[in-house]
Amino acid sequence: MEDSSFTQPVTIPPHVKGNKGVAVDWSSDQKTFKGVPWGKAMMWIFLVSDTFVFSIFLISYMTVRKSTKIPWPNPSKVFALHVGHVSVPLLLIAIMTFILITSSGTMAMAVKFGYEKKRVPCAILIILTAIFGASFVGMQAFEWTKLIMEGVRPWENPFGAPQFGSVFFMVTGFHGTHVTIGVIFLIILARKVWRGDFDTGRRGFFTSQKSHYEAIEIMGLYWHFVDLVWVFIFAFFYLW
Amino acid sequence: MAAKEGQQHPIGIYLWIWGLLFVFSACSYAVDWYQLQGLLRWSLIIFFMLLKAGFIVAIFMHMFWERLAILYAVLFPCIAILFFLAFMFAESGYTLWTRMVYFMVGI
Repeated sequence: MEDSSFTQPVTIPPHVKGNKGVAVDWSSDQKTFKGVPWGKAMMWIFLVSDTFVFSIFLISYMTVRKSTKIPWPNPSKVFALHVGHVSVPLLLIAIMTFILITSSGTMAMAVKFGYEKKRVPCAILIILTAIFGASFVGMQAFEWTKLIMEGVRPWENPFGAPQFGSVFFMVTGFHGTHVTIGVIFLIILARKVWRGDFDTGRRGFFTSQKSHYEAIEIMGLYWHFVDLVWVFIFAFFYLW
Repeated sequence: MAAKEGQQHPIGIYLWIWGLLFVFSACSYAVDWYQLQGLLRWSLIIFFMLLKAGFIVAIFMHMFWERLAILYAVLFPCIAILFFLAFMFAESGYTLWTRMVYFMVGI
């Protein structure tokens, strides 16, 4: 199989603005998403489905929190850290938030350098993103350890409504899994970029297809999505 | 606008958005720091959350430069989430009511 589907030079019809453009694109009797590589379209569709998964977690969190008679634990106190003798509310969570945003920034710049075919800064930025991601997961592991030591379980906790524990482990666990998977793929991608796979057309070990710099943007979409989900978790679970 | 290959934009815009996201995160953290309560707290949290989410999707994920065809394909299905949210809001209120009525008799 020739992998021309990756690079076929599509003549993109002129862009019609507004809703008329949507109708034109969808009825064009070609691929619908003009100028969007298929891998990117597929990633977007996956992200929509993942949005639903996380929405269901957050909606079930709302449901259990709203329907319990027992007071909900105050996250501001539960997640406070002691610095010296002062108790700083949500300190670790705030640091984790800033780290994840920073990793999103480095990822966005990696995508930019990728399209400019500047291999080295691109690979360095991807590795930096992976390091930030890994440190995020490390802090989450610390958070879990701390809460488990304090007696938080999925079925009970010393602070209030027992549903708190199940929501905490489920939501942050699922998000942490996403970050971990992201870090693994970032490392694989950084290796490819560093080696120049996208310039030499070296085939991937799994797909045996040639890949291109748009792979970095597709990875970036996933990574920004993980950051996006954290924005919602931070707002609804930690701040509410 | 979208150049010949993929999404290429000046690096400055990413640095700006990065800074903005830092500011918004600091703002939402400040909501907790100053222990604002009630409607003010909730509205501020949601305001900063949507602002951050909007900038991440629009700039970092390049949605701002994409055609409406894919923007609609991604955003419209998410409206279903709002309906589910409304259903479960009502349902959880009912669950609470039954717990109040049946489990707190005699208190």
